[in-house]
Amino acid sequence: MKEFHFHRASSVADAVAAVKGASAGKFLAGGQSLLPVLKLEMAEPSDLVSISRIKELRGVCVDGNKLLIGAVTTHAEVAASSEVKKHIPGLAALAEHIGDAQVRNRGTIGGSVAHADPAADYPAALVALGATIKTDRRAIAAEDFFTGLFETALEPDELVVAVHFPIPEKSAYAKFASHASKYALCGVMVSKTGSDVRVAVTGAGQKVFRVPEMEKALAARFEPSALDGISISADDLLSDGQASAEYRAHLVTVMAKRAVAAA
Amino acid sequence: MPAISLKVNQRAVTAEVEPRTLLVEFLREHLSLTGVHVGCDTSQCGACTVFVDGVSVKSCTMLAMEADGAEVTTIEGLAQGGKLHPMQQAFHEHHGLQCGFCTPGMVISSADLLKRNPRPTEGQVREWLEGNICRCTGYHNIVKAVLACAEGSAK
Repeated sequence: MKEFHFHRASSVADAVAAVKGASAGKFLAGGQSLLPVLKLEMAEPSDLVSISRIKELRGVCVDGNKLLIGAVTTHAEVAASSEVKKHIPGLAALAEHIGDAQVRNRGTIGGSVAHADPAADYPAALVALGATIKTDRRAIAAEDFFTGLFETALEPDELVVAVHFPIPEKSAYAKFASHASKYALCGVMVSKTGSDVRVAVTGAGQKVFRVPEMEKALAARFEPSALDGISISADDLLSDGQASAEYRAHLVTVMAKRAVAAA
Repeated sequence: MPAISLKVNQRAVTAEVEPRTLLVEFLREHLSLTGVHVGCDTSQCGACTVFVDGVSVKSCTMLAMEADGAEVTTIEGLAQGGKLHPMQQAFHEHHGLQCGFCTPGMVISSADLLKRNPRPTEGQVREWLEGNICRCTGYHNIVKAVLACAEGSAK
């Protein structure tokens, strides 16, 4: 790992100022994605600004019909939160199966979202639930946030402070995980609120994506069998040693059906 | 170099560290706590698992700077007054190890599970230990040890 300067930010403003003032600054939350990247020297920040102890960034609360989750809330905290379990049980279940226990104890929702790994679980939830990412300066709709492979709409000095999830009628996530890493080879989150049905897929493509044809079929009839005969093209999907694009395409339908059955 | 102050195995420690120092390097190389093992160095194997403020974390994937002000417990800090921690005793009695390399992480991780879920099912034990890899035993005696420890503490 290359050398860097370390700062502990005491507030959002302090954190943003520290990254702004650095030649190549980066925010550090739980570090479960960033530290492996630094070890591989795939990133060489001049400064790391730790946000993990900024109190206003931690915790879960309900505001009207929205569930608000602070950026440095850990996966374990989301999974165990009585508010999340009560209002969006599908999201609590998703958080409970991210990585492994130790990773869930350090890894955070804000860090995962900002890192935008194409196989991370949270992006599927954010897009399927129509979440909004609140940063230090604006609000970004989840669908506009994830722009590509490890790429987001964030400015280099922009900090994710919270994710706001509208509470759906029902939702569930089904994942086919890589056995070694627990990342999704294919993960599908479905949500339903009235006639608004969303299906979001992670792990299969360069970035999270929706499947309009499945959404239409499920809006008419919210049952696994409504997806019979609907498959997606393997053309733009990822292909690697773990799974071919064709296999991932097959998994999208299978996982979507499982998610609908679980919702 | 910046300084950090923390408690390690109930002892106050203050030290200067390079910011890029990993917690596992700090524990092993600065404090000689070599019971904390480095297996994969890629946050997969769990041999480096320690308690930080009461929760199990992989110390190869945390900066020592981030442990400033924290309470850290390693395998060396589990036994109290010369008496093994119940989880260590259970691993001993059920032979939950062969080469022993993964054992410090397995014991800490299993102890964390019982803090959250005092009576886990076998399935829950196996799922919880997904972040700890053993290449010797096939996990059977490890799982037996954890379940026996859970029963013992419930008596």
